[in-house]
Amino acid sequence: MPRLLLIEDDRAVREGVELALRRQGHDVAAVATGEDGMDRLRSFRPDVVVLDLMLPGMTGLDVCRRIRADSQVPIIMATARGDDVDIVVGLEAGADDYVVKPVQARVLDARIRAVLRRVGGPDSGDGMPQPETHDDLTIDRAGLTVARQGVPVPLAPSELRLLLLLSASPGRVFSRQQLLEAVWEHSYHGDSRLVDACVKRLRTKLGEPPGQPRFIRTVRGFGYQFSRFTQPPRPAAR
Amino acid sequence: MRRPLLRGGLRMRLVVAFALVAVVATVTTGALTFRAARTDLLQQGQDTVITQFRDGVDSLAPSVAFPPSRTDLLSFATGVSHTQRTANWRVMASYDGMTATSRPGDTFAELTREMRESVRTKAATVFQRVSTDHGPALVVGIPVRFGSTPFDGSADSSGLAVFLTVSQDSEQGYVDALVAAVERATVPALVVAVLLALLAARGVLRPVRALRRATRDIAEGHLETRLAVNGSDELADLSHTFNDTAAALEESVAELRRMEARARRFAADVSHELRTPLAAMAAVTDVLDEDAAQLDPDTATAVRLISQETVKLARLVDDLMEMSRFDAGAADLHLDEVDLAESVRRSLAARGWQDTLATLLPPPDTARGRVDPRRLDVIVANLAGNALRHGGEPVRLAMSVHEAPGAGPVAVIEVVDSGPGIPDDVLPHVFDRFYKSDTSRTRTEGSGLGLSITAENVHLHGGTITAANHPEGGAVFTVALPLRRDR
Repeated sequence: MPRLLLIEDDRAVREGVELALRRQGHDVAAVATGEDGMDRLRSFRPDVVVLDLMLPGMTGLDVCRRIRADSQVPIIMATARGDDVDIVVGLEAGADDYVVKPVQARVLDARIRAVLRRVGGPDSGDGMPQPETHDDLTIDRAGLTVARQGVPVPLAPSELRLLLLLSASPGRVFSRQQLLEAVWEHSYHGDSRLVDACVKRLRTKLGEPPGQPRFIRTVRGFGYQFSRFTQPPRPAAR
Repeated sequence: MRRPLLRGGLRMRLVVAFALVAVVATVTTGALTFRAARTDLLQQGQDTVITQFRDGVDSLAPSVAFPPSRTDLLSFATGVSHTQRTANWRVMASYDGMTATSRPGDTFAELTREMRESVRTKAATVFQRVSTDHGPALVVGIPVRFGSTPFDGSADSSGLAVFLTVSQDSEQGYVDALVAAVERATVPALVVAVLLALLAARGVLRPVRALRRATRDIAEGHLETRLAVNGSDELADLSHTFNDTAAALEESVAELRRMEARARRFAADVSHELRTPLAAMAAVTDVLDEDAAQLDPDTATAVRLISQETVKLARLVDDLMEMSRFDAGAADLHLDEVDLAESVRRSLAARGWQDTLATLLPPPDTARGRVDPRRLDVIVANLAGNALRHGGEPVRLAMSVHEAPGAGPVAVIEVVDSGPGIPDDVLPHVFDRFYKSDTSRTRTEGSGLGLSITAENVHLHGGTITAANHPEGGAVFTVALPLRRDR
């Protein structure tokens, strides 16, 4: 039973969403402020956080950044249409996905399940794949860990899943729509800013120099591709 | 006055008018001066000549033997001509058909028969101006009388007459000089007149030009435009009036904008306030739907009704919010390069319409362009949904790519239904908000904002949307979206 932390200041919305999500089979803890949310994060240890962006006191953005400071727990923002800027800022602050209020419970449930699937255990079946290296980047598909120059890189679930998908086929170009469908399980017409914001966060975490990404390249007019590196890897070789 | 004449025409007209005035004034003054001077000049010269001639005749006549012989006549004529040696006089004396001239062989052609007759009969000094081949000449005739007072009229005519011909070249020279002077004066006068005209035109044209520029600025929406008013002439009055009008216009427009902004703000605020309670209700509609089956029939119906209408209300508020964002200019385009044909296919498939509509789409990758995928989805879904709801099946959706002159490639999406078409009086209003074509139909499936939002989304892309009726029946909605491949 997924443990879900709901941070929502409006009592009616909080109670409604809590009721609906509990009926969908989630273990829900609902709080009204960002401060309470941060407290419950430690004691409740949720699998996913649903966070209202418009909070009194500590804002949703602050909460998002504070969570990301030491945790890669999936975060879904709840936002109102008309707060476009907040969406981008929220995504850049580390949110994995967002929903627009008012939202039906089953839509929110689908997003929660999608974001949880991203961090699901290793692919069962054909044995344990060996960690693969791309230049100085090591990706362990079994352990779901990524390290650069031997130093682990903590990745949020959307970032990890995006990196796994792209690096599985180096050189192949993925359109934003394809990535939205594959990583976020959104419709074809989803918000491509999710992809752009996630790539941006990923590049920062991988230590890519600004403007000259080595691993995830932008293919103008099409989308993104993972660079093909020649074997054997030579760290920092140029 | 038609415009082509006015363009730069005021200046031209002023110049022409001033030049005409200058020419007329100069010529008139010159002509009058010339006439007076000429008369004076000629009169004076002629009087001098006559007086000198008469003096000469008077002083020599007493010494002429009478009746004179031919030799006497000759010496008399020569004597008279010699009284004014420098004047180049030609003198002829005649007596009883006998003549003698101061210059031998002089025919005295200038002397007319009438004059000769006049001297004989009137017995008075007679003169005539004649023009000859050698220029103008003065001919004077004096009859010689007996007695000490030859000109008192009492003396008898002696039959002796003296004639004088003198060239008037020098007088004509003065007259010619006068004419030349007038002519010469005309040119500088004309130049001064044109300069003055240009100066005057500048004085008039500058405020006129400022007025024209200000009017154009106002027309372009710069309602704060005002004119600097100098002086107190009619143009200054006009500028004052212009400023007052502009101020009144600016005030009215500002008031209208304030009212419109208030109205839009109100709509946005209402939607915003509705959203939070709706968020709570929308969250639990699924709970209602699931449990309705276990309730008694009336309660179940009521619960399902609340659930359905909550979903509709949520959609309506969503549309209202979207509309408010368009009104506030806060709607953003999130462009991404997509295959429009694939995008349209996905839009229809997501709603289960892939088999309901007949589609004619370009082959893969031929209709690539930079659009906002979410907004394109809204456009396609609204047009297709509208055709299915209000038109009649079959509904056809066709897309093609055209090269628009100056705008690059454009994707044209056409949705044609097989319904009764749109009445002519409704056609101009199909994109209006909440416009209901059929008054008896109190509510439709849509929010009443679908086509308005579609149009706004198309315009946000810099595209166009039109509604029309197909010649073979049914409504046609045509959307043209620029593909922006250049950026």
